[in-house]
Amino acid sequence: MTLSTTPELTEETRRSLLNTMVLIRTYEEAIRREYYADKMPAFDIGAGLVPGEMHLSAGQEPVAAGICAHLTADDALTATHRPHHVAIAKGVALRPMTAEIFGREDGFGHGRGGHMHLFDPSNHFSCSGIIAEGLPPALGQAFAFKRQGNNRVAVAVTGEGAANQGAFHESLNLSALWKLPVIFVVEDNDWGISVPRSESTSVTSNAVRAAAYGMPGVRVENNSVEAVYAAGGEAVARARSGGGPTLIEVHTLRLWGHFEGDAEGYRPELKSVPDHDPIPRYRDELLQAGWLSTEQFQAMQDRAVEQVEDAIQFAKASPAPNPSEHLNYVFSEGVNS
Amino acid sequence: MTTAPTSTNQSVTLPVEPEPGRRKLSTAKAMQEVISQRMTRDESVFVIGEDVGPYGGIFSSTTGLIDQFGPERVMDTPISETAFIGLGIGAAVEGMRPVVELMFADFFGVCMDQIYNHMAKIHFESGGNVKVPMVLMMATGGGYSDGAQHSQCLWGTFAHLPGMKVVVPSNPYDAKGLMAAAIDSDDPVVFMFHKGIMGLGWMAKNSRAIGAVPEEEYVVPIGKSRVAREGTDVTIVTLSLSVHHSLDVAEKLEADGISVEVIDLRSLVPLDRDAIVRSVTKTGRLIVVDEDYQSFGLSGEVIAVVAEHDASLLTSVSRVCVPDVPIPYARELESTVLPTPARIEAAVREAVSR
Repeated sequence: MTLSTTPELTEETRRSLLNTMVLIRTYEEAIRREYYADKMPAFDIGAGLVPGEMHLSAGQEPVAAGICAHLTADDALTATHRPHHVAIAKGVALRPMTAEIFGREDGFGHGRGGHMHLFDPSNHFSCSGIIAEGLPPALGQAFAFKRQGNNRVAVAVTGEGAANQGAFHESLNLSALWKLPVIFVVEDNDWGISVPRSESTSVTSNAVRAAAYGMPGVRVENNSVEAVYAAGGEAVARARSGGGPTLIEVHTLRLWGHFEGDAEGYRPELKSVPDHDPIPRYRDELLQAGWLSTEQFQAMQDRAVEQVEDAIQFAKASPAPNPSEHLNYVFSEGVNS
Repeated sequence: MTTAPTSTNQSVTLPVEPEPGRRKLSTAKAMQEVISQRMTRDESVFVIGEDVGPYGGIFSSTTGLIDQFGPERVMDTPISETAFIGLGIGAAVEGMRPVVELMFADFFGVCMDQIYNHMAKIHFESGGNVKVPMVLMMATGGGYSDGAQHSQCLWGTFAHLPGMKVVVPSNPYDAKGLMAAAIDSDDPVVFMFHKGIMGLGWMAKNSRAIGAVPEEEYVVPIGKSRVAREGTDVTIVTLSLSVHHSLDVAEKLEADGISVEVIDLRSLVPLDRDAIVRSVTKTGRLIVVDEDYQSFGLSGEVIAVVAEHDASLLTSVSRVCVPDVPIPYARELESTVLPTPARIEAAVREAVSR
């Protein structure tokens, strides 16, 4: 297997990328634990402390870590129905994010949004549960940044299935036409729920579609965090310097089901999926190269568990939204209809 | 996701519904004027849409703005409604105040997700932490044989979905003041102008499409209806071009001793429920005139408002709407389904005979 590492990075950057990936995985494992905790023995999607659909991002950490390493809190990012990894990598605070996932008053949306609708204005982070529809608002954020004359950028993350949606193509064209500072990141995890990309997509790489809109397109293979980091750095620099948008597709991995409760009977390679887990692979590469010690890795894990469990406890301690306030927030002035 | 306010219009308080004065404008010119006034003093306001630049908007909503503000602030877009409405949303989230034009309301089918799942829901989903101060304006209505895909009103569809204010002016004065209020609003506002009220030179128009408009800026508050004509025998609750027809009918029937009150709703969301109840309390007879489709829409909602308040108020209820068929092309058919003055007059005579 090809190494995930590239020669240019400092040890510190490499450990930082791994650290982000470890934090994300720790978070997703904890959410998964809490999600199932009170749904046993019979799975009831609406039951428990964390109800509803739950799309976890395990396996896709390299995308989040590699791209967001180039962003600041002032840059914008729009994510998908599977948003936790990019939220965490973008720097979104775990406490209000987790409280929102638990549907509590201290969540970002005071329990109105849920895990597919996380809005952190201080990080210019948002997500949408509708495939490809997070792209157009990212264009508007980039438009505002360009108009404001600063060098902030907007990143629109989406899946490979979204590349067959009209919103995707409209957004690529308009962003290239107006040279907006946008980076489109397509997470190709091979599956649109149960449909393999070979049955949904006419091209083997969505990166080639960039050429149709006059923008650079690059495909990163092998779920390599360092290759994502390199591609992301180039694209972000291009956007910041007025060079317009870039399309990056990353061949990543959906380690778990489309959503929790998905038995994945449609997935022939199911048993071998864990063998492709990007985190142990990258950890081992760094360990073998001497860029990481086992003590450093242990410290990363300990710190991640501490942060994540703190957020879970915060969410559990937060009150439920007051049912008498169910009409709030439809409009800013409080008038509903 | 505004960290630093870019809008510069917040400190200005505008007069509310001043005297109209003597200067007359078409509704289209009134809209152009107020957008221009807002853009002049607020850098965060910009206009995007199809043919809003040199063409000036297919229904003249933006005529002249590009000459005044240039292509940086008045931008023609590709025919990509999802992309440019979404762009408006993202810009609004970052503190700008976009005025986005969807050419025909009928075109919402290609971009509704951005409208109802994003523009209208972000404020709610974010628990009030993210505002979307955006105007989405669009042309509505028929009466000129434009067929089933270019003649619909559809305001009931937008009003049904929570999170959007829905504004429907009937005349130049209201259009200017409501557009000012729409641009000022921190919430998304769908601004629906009937082609027949714009005062276009190339379309038959009611004389009420041209009217007195103050030169100064002012607001007409969103959610406040207007008694367009006072009366005692029957209440017509209506909006947009149907206000013109209803007033024509009311004037005609005055000679027959029938006194018609006409309520111009001016907005669906918020709906001025108090004004509806107040008028029906006086007249006891309610007719809803609505150029939108009849079933599952505004007309039923207005009647429900009264019924839920006190059903015994109603000695007569009827509605003059588009029956549940698509708008036909042939003139003879289209004029049959639209709420024409003849249909309104018949409904009033029927109501007062009860």
